[in-house]
Amino acid sequence: MMMNGKHLSGEKPGSSKMGLAERITVRQSGKPIQMMTHQILGYPDFDTNYEMIRLFQESGVHLVELQLPFSEPIADGPVFLHANQASLASGTTTKQCLEFAGRVVTDFPGLSFLFMTYYNVVIQYGIEDFVKECAAIGIQGLIVPDAYPEESHEFMEACRKHRVEPVLIVTPYTTSERLAYLSAETGGFLYCAARKGVTGTKTSFGKETEAFITRVRGMARTPIAVGFGIQSDQDVRFLEGKCDIAIIGTQLLNVLEHEGLSGVKRFLQTIIPA
Amino acid sequence: MSEYKTIFQTISATAEAVVEDNGYYGNYGGSFIPEILVPAFAEIKEHFEAIKQDEAFWKEYCSLLADYSGRPTPLTYADRLTDYFGRAKIYIKREDLNHTGAHKLNNALGQAMLAKKMGKTRVIAETGAGQHGVATATAAAKLGLSATIYMGREDMERQYSNVFWMKRLGAEVIAVDYGSRTLKDAINEALRDWVSSFETTHYVLGTASGAHPFPAIVSYFQAVIGIEAKEQILRAEGRLPSRVYACVGGGSNALGVFQAFYPHDDVELVGVEAGGQGKGSGRHAARIAYGEGRAGVAQGFKTLFLQNNDGQMNDTYSLAAGLDYVGVSPILADLSERGRVRFTAATDTEVVEALEIIMKTEGLIPALESTHAFAGAFNDITESSGSDIFIINMSGRGDKDIFNVAEGLNDDEWKAFIRRKARQFEDGAR
Ligand SMILES: Cc1ncc(COP(=O)(O)O)c(C=O)c1O
Repeated sequence: MMMNGKHLSGEKPGSSKMGLAERITVRQSGKPIQMMTHQILGYPDFDTNYEMIRLFQESGVHLVELQLPFSEPIADGPVFLHANQASLASGTTTKQCLEFAGRVVTDFPGLSFLFMTYYNVVIQYGIEDFVKECAAIGIQGLIVPDAYPEESHEFMEACRKHRVEPVLIVTPYTTSERLAYLSAETGGFLYCAARKGVTGTKTSFGKETEAFITRVRGMARTPIAVGFGIQSDQDVRFLEGKCDIAIIGTQLLNVLEHEGLSGVKRFLQTIIPA
Repeated sequence: MSEYKTIFQTISATAEAVVEDNGYYGNYGGSFIPEILVPAFAEIKEHFEAIKQDEAFWKEYCSLLADYSGRPTPLTYADRLTDYFGRAKIYIKREDLNHTGAHKLNNALGQAMLAKKMGKTRVIAETGAGQHGVATATAAAKLGLSATIYMGREDMERQYSNVFWMKRLGAEVIAVDYGSRTLKDAINEALRDWVSSFETTHYVLGTASGAHPFPAIVSYFQAVIGIEAKEQILRAEGRLPSRVYACVGGGSNALGVFQAFYPHDDVELVGVEAGGQGKGSGRHAARIAYGEGRAGVAQGFKTLFLQNNDGQMNDTYSLAAGLDYVGVSPILADLSERGRVRFTAATDTEVVEALEIIMKTEGLIPALESTHAFAGAFNDITESSGSDIFIINMSGRGDKDIFNVAEGLNDDEWKAFIRRKARQFEDGAR
């Protein structure tokens, strides 16, 4: 369990007290944008997950979102849905995911790791136990889209107590009043879902996205990340200078499935600013 | 007709008795929705509160129920069935006589009207047995909305006649090809549609489950079943029944018939779940009766789900597609915990046996879902006496089940007919 501090060995002494938001801010200096990539654990298998993460570190990714699979991933589109189900069908358990995360946190100290999952996975593990375990292995943030913050006090409390940051999501449909509330409650950064719908389908980045980001920027107390439908280097270039982090999920899995690890490597080189 | 107001006031008072303000029913319920659906739910809550007070809305709703759907449905005294067992007097609430053949239309009409109030032009729905899909397609046709229905591939195969009707009624039917290919997967897929379409589209959830305020909305629109049944039994017998039986998939027909009796503690309310291949088989959908459901959060709400230790939902199974759901209404989970509703289960075998008895004694053909309520009552009947009165809610008619029942009864003549028919189509195609 004693991994605290260890995963930060690549950073300056004393930085272990830094929260996720601060780390992002410190790292930001001079960079046009940071990248957060995504993996569904156990899909296609943990070995491939590990190799992907190695590529992430080599390519200059900063944050990695590890998704613990769930049988009813309602916010996910067909590609992730299939990956969730295939991972579970091959026997992936929460315990395996936690063990794997502990390993990559240690092996890839340059990366910040977050978990993404659905609330029931956390609840059945035990909310406080889960968050405590995350803190112990060095997971810095948690993205749980159906832990509706007004209904999830125990979860938010546990995050505060164990200093794992609960990353909340906002959308172009979030009212200003609610945006103020979510900005105050979120930890690490604010996750801006660029459009309605599930993960996967392409977003057309344009004036509306820009207006949305500007509106969030005006309210946010943390760095902001934009995700949902980022598919190409143009999308990432569009976001540079507008938000702090670009999140790339489905497209990465598409590339892996069609072009393998070498394809992923090429793809990462095109989207990550030198 | 001044009785509209009375019916509405009764519905309102009855449904209010189980509906709590914050969307929690004891430990269950709530609203665990992704952020993108927050505005959609806000809109529904606002309009639902508004229609509760809107007399014109209820007048129109009650008149659709009366003049279009054919309500009130009768409460039939089952004299031959009563004689057959020689114990409690059995009455049957005839939701099969609702237009489209099930209780589902009560809710579909109400929610389609709500959709129009909200300015929506399209409705989506999930369906298991297909009855809610047919009801939604029907309500959409009647009210001039477009409809898309999500249905698990497995359920489409089991209930193809309803798929046929949905399409003829003008709805688009989309097969759901992942997971267990049953009801829960159809709900997930409807939710996926809704997160991208909520501006124009209302999700007509078919049962008293899902995120707040869906359990409340569906309970409201189904309360009419019990209000009628209570009035009818008082007229027929001058007293309340000893027990009321209803099958429980998500819980809409059960809550529909239970609510009016809810304040009367001496009326026992019994929910009958799908026992499938029996306790311990791992092939059933008895979340409460078999004590295997555990509290969790999925599909937007907290209830008892059949799940493994990691919180992954188990596959469920029942001969009756409409009972094959992994969770249960949060209202029923709470009523069970508080001891107000007793839960039991009927196995596939018991259901097929019960169906044969009902057909031969009463000339009625209940849906396989509804037959669970009968089987539950039959399992209990030996401990009743002649002074007891049972009401069994016959939530729907069984025409849709002809293929499954014929198969279950291993009917050779039917099989020969299907073969002849297939040959005819093949010859015609040549
Ligand atoms: C005839 C009939 N009865 C009952 C049900 C079960 O649903 P619920 O428990 O929500 O009433 C269904 C669902 O499809 C049905 O078609």
